[in-house]
Amino acid sequence: MQVTVNSQTQSVEAGTTVRQLIERLKLGNAACAAEVNKRLVPRKSHESHQLREGDVVEIVSLVGGG
Amino acid sequence: MAMTYAPPPTEPGHAPLTIAGRSFASRLFVGTGKYKTYNLMRESLDASNCNVVTVAVRRERLYNEQGKSLLEFIDLSRYTILPNTAGCFSAEDAVRVARLGRDILEQLGNPGADWVKLEVLGDKKTLLPDPSGTVQATRELVADGFKVLAYTSDDPIAALRIKEAGAASVMPAGSPIGSGQGVLNRSNIVLCLELLKQGDPTFPVIVDAGVGAASDCSVAMELGADGVLLNTAIAHAKDPVMMAHAMRHAVAAGRQSYLAGRIPKRLYATASSPWEGTISYIPGE
Repeated sequence: MQVTVNSQTQSVEAGTTVRQLIERLKLGNAACAAEVNKRLVPRKSHESHQLREGDVVEIVSLVGGG
Repeated sequence: MAMTYAPPPTEPGHAPLTIAGRSFASRLFVGTGKYKTYNLMRESLDASNCNVVTVAVRRERLYNEQGKSLLEFIDLSRYTILPNTAGCFSAEDAVRVARLGRDILEQLGNPGADWVKLEVLGDKKTLLPDPSGTVQATRELVADGFKVLAYTSDDPIAALRIKEAGAASVMPAGSPIGSGQGVLNRSNIVLCLELLKQGDPTFPVIVDAGVGAASDCSVAMELGADGVLLNTAIAHAKDPVMMAHAMRHAVAAGRQSYLAGRIPKRLYATASSPWEGTISYIPGE
């Protein structure tokens, strides 16, 4: 199925969880956070939250800022 | 949980600044953006002696070779990390970004996790804040358990409305973000302070944005601000580490000057040496 991750279209297997997506992107060790369709998916729910066709995912981290 | 950094000894007037139950010895808050290198950022933060640093929340770069992470250069045991909502132009987006930032900081165990430097901007060119969006986002974030430190313009009534919405601190800008113009309207900052502290003298007011040089920090503190938040003035100085030292001293000096109580301004001179006993000819006498 297709999902959008940080504005890029990606093909992932049905049932992929947020955690699996983050690991696939090699961000498993990063201090990052995720939202799906503009709603935060808390860290504790990454392993259980399954993506659906057409989901819009944002994965963010901290950068320098004022 | 309340936590107090030890104040430096022997300097009078260095009471810690308390915001939402947390106390900080330094009244200078420093941003982590725009440094040439992370090492330079780390040295500058160290030289500034700040306790609170701001960070931004941005998309992870996918597929790129993972570079160094900002967090590798910030001592999490030393600094409270204050995530911002920079780049948000609506209350809705600011609330989203604040929640993402909190989720990251909770993983790190940083005490700043439920704090947010709220920015709801109204215009990309001026980066001036959207007052109604800021009030709306403040309400929503406070209801969600955040301690909101809200960036605003120097409009006293807008500042008051943001406080009424539940902000833990209101942070009027001296001048536009990154402009280096210093405190453009001292009267408005004084009015912000008066309205925000009416019947609530310990309510923290931090001048955020516009600082260009150390003297701007002193001006803000002399007006009675509780602290100063800046980024570009250090990061883009020719020598950021030296400027960080200067900012540290300027904030402390401005605070002491405020507490010491300045003399009133006068139109005419008042001699420091006595007239009595002068042996010279004095015109008009």
